[in-house]
Amino acid sequence: MGEMSKTATTVDTAFRFRSLPMKTIKPLLREPRVVIAGGFLLILLLIALFAPYIAPKDPLEQDLMLGNMPPANYPGAEPGYYLGTDDLGRDVLSRVLYGSRIALTVAFVAASLSAIIGTLLGLAAGWYGRWVDRVISRLVDIWMAFPPVLLSVLLVAVMGSGLHSVIAAIVIIDWTRFCRVVRAETMAQARLDYVMAAQTIGFSRSHILWREILPNVAPVLIALVSLEMGIAVIVEAILSFVGLSLSSDIPTWGGMIAQGRQMIHQGWWVFVFPLLALFVTVLAFNQLGNGLRTALDPVMRR
Amino acid sequence: MTQSFVAIQGLSAISTRDAGALVLRDVSLTLEKGEVRGLVGESGAGKSTIAKALLGILPFTVKITGGFIRFEGRDLLSMPRRELADIMGRDITLIPQDPQTALNPARRIEAQLTDGLRLRLGMGKTDAHQRALQLLDEVQIRDPKRVLNAYPHELSGGMRQRILIASAFALNPKLVVADEPTTALDVTVQKEILRLIRRMQEAHGTAVIFVTHDLGVVAKICDSVTLLYAGKVIEDGKTRDLLTAPKHAYTSALIAAGPRYDRPDAGLEPVPEAVFRQLRAEVGIAERRV
Repeated sequence: MGEMSKTATTVDTAFRFRSLPMKTIKPLLREPRVVIAGGFLLILLLIALFAPYIAPKDPLEQDLMLGNMPPANYPGAEPGYYLGTDDLGRDVLSRVLYGSRIALTVAFVAASLSAIIGTLLGLAAGWYGRWVDRVISRLVDIWMAFPPVLLSVLLVAVMGSGLHSVIAAIVIIDWTRFCRVVRAETMAQARLDYVMAAQTIGFSRSHILWREILPNVAPVLIALVSLEMGIAVIVEAILSFVGLSLSSDIPTWGGMIAQGRQMIHQGWWVFVFPLLALFVTVLAFNQLGNGLRTALDPVMRR
Repeated sequence: MTQSFVAIQGLSAISTRDAGALVLRDVSLTLEKGEVRGLVGESGAGKSTIAKALLGILPFTVKITGGFIRFEGRDLLSMPRRELADIMGRDITLIPQDPQTALNPARRIEAQLTDGLRLRLGMGKTDAHQRALQLLDEVQIRDPKRVLNAYPHELSGGMRQRILIASAFALNPKLVVADEPTTALDVTVQKEILRLIRRMQEAHGTAVIFVTHDLGVVAKICDSVTLLYAGKVIEDGKTRDLLTAPKHAYTSALIAAGPRYDRPDAGLEPVPEAVFRQLRAEVGIAERRV
């Protein structure tokens, strides 16, 4: 730094993209993980939204005459059932497509709620310190001593199965993840001189927290929300697998995997396709999260 | 003798984290209107603690145990919070140490430069914008319109430090506390920044407390110097007197320790252990702390 000529060129190129949205989006598009994973998830979102129009069959319609049909191109395949049928004659493709609805609902709602709760507590602990920090940090420590899967099974067992319970279980377990990261990041930001400068100008502590610190914590937070969505999809699948999520007439990937596991020798396709959907979706969320973390970091962005 | 503009008397402080270790020992110094005073010392000598005490932003791990800081005759330490808040950021402002972290990376320069104008002077958006342009011009930034629209990471360290200086002088303060404002810059930029601070200080008639560990910087910018060791004032006086006729062995040793550009082959002269022994005896500590 220091050379004035270099400074001038930096400013010039930066100003060609002056509008804020363009400035925010551009570095994101330069990150291949964000483009590929984000693109896949966008398509998945469209599939979930328009599942009734896309799915070739009714995912609940049983036809016992057509049970255990293999996917297309395999001997004995039934035309129109591209990924085969399960033992009740339901179309696997349609059920996988419909399964994305539950997966994405859980991902978005559970990740957002745990992000909100964890962020509020993390900001408070990191910024106000002292007893606020001590109380919240001890709470997190105690919380994290519970085995998560066991705790979620227990919670769903107590609250009764259903979409709400699954989401509640994920939120109740995973807010600590956000709380710890946001607390650490808030503390790191609070030590920087710009916070001190804002204090001497005379802004209130809460103003500094929301207007100065939160925008700088946001990149880490956004990346973490994406990772959490992947985790939420997995947890939902685990709970469906052990039969604690939704009743079996609503297609979920976890439920399909559980069902397919019992008949894996008669029809592997009932097991493999929802597993594949689950795997790719979680991978996409993770890669999007990692990509966002790199792309949004103001230091790496430079 | 008339009341000094700023008078620190018998200021003592302890660190609550470090088992009650003294960070300031009975520090006294005065500052007149328009004077530039250097606070010099090694790391841990307490120069930043004094600066932070003046600004009322001491970390809660440091507790003041005695003394006064009088600003225009009023004691800052016993002043009600509200009155203090009125002085801080308006009559007393800060030029921070590190231009990399002293600007919020998520906000445009204009927003950060006009914060004080709008909050403390109640300026409207357009007035504040005009004043910001003026200020950037005053600190010799070319094309201020573009810079106002930029984010900090788009600017060089020297540019950022200029913006911070503009921001510190924006409200016509009576006292500016400069906390090692040139430490993070390379030497050529450092010189420009020192000149700029001196020029702004003269133009606004502002007093400056200049925290640094560099006697060369002191020689260039300060009217008077206070040398600290382990939280205690070792020597105090006009810059010229202190640098040409030092009274304390530590002062002379520090001056001798500087590199001699006229004799590049001569090795660097460390401060002799005997001087540290003498310092420890005077301050009353058993071990060298840094």
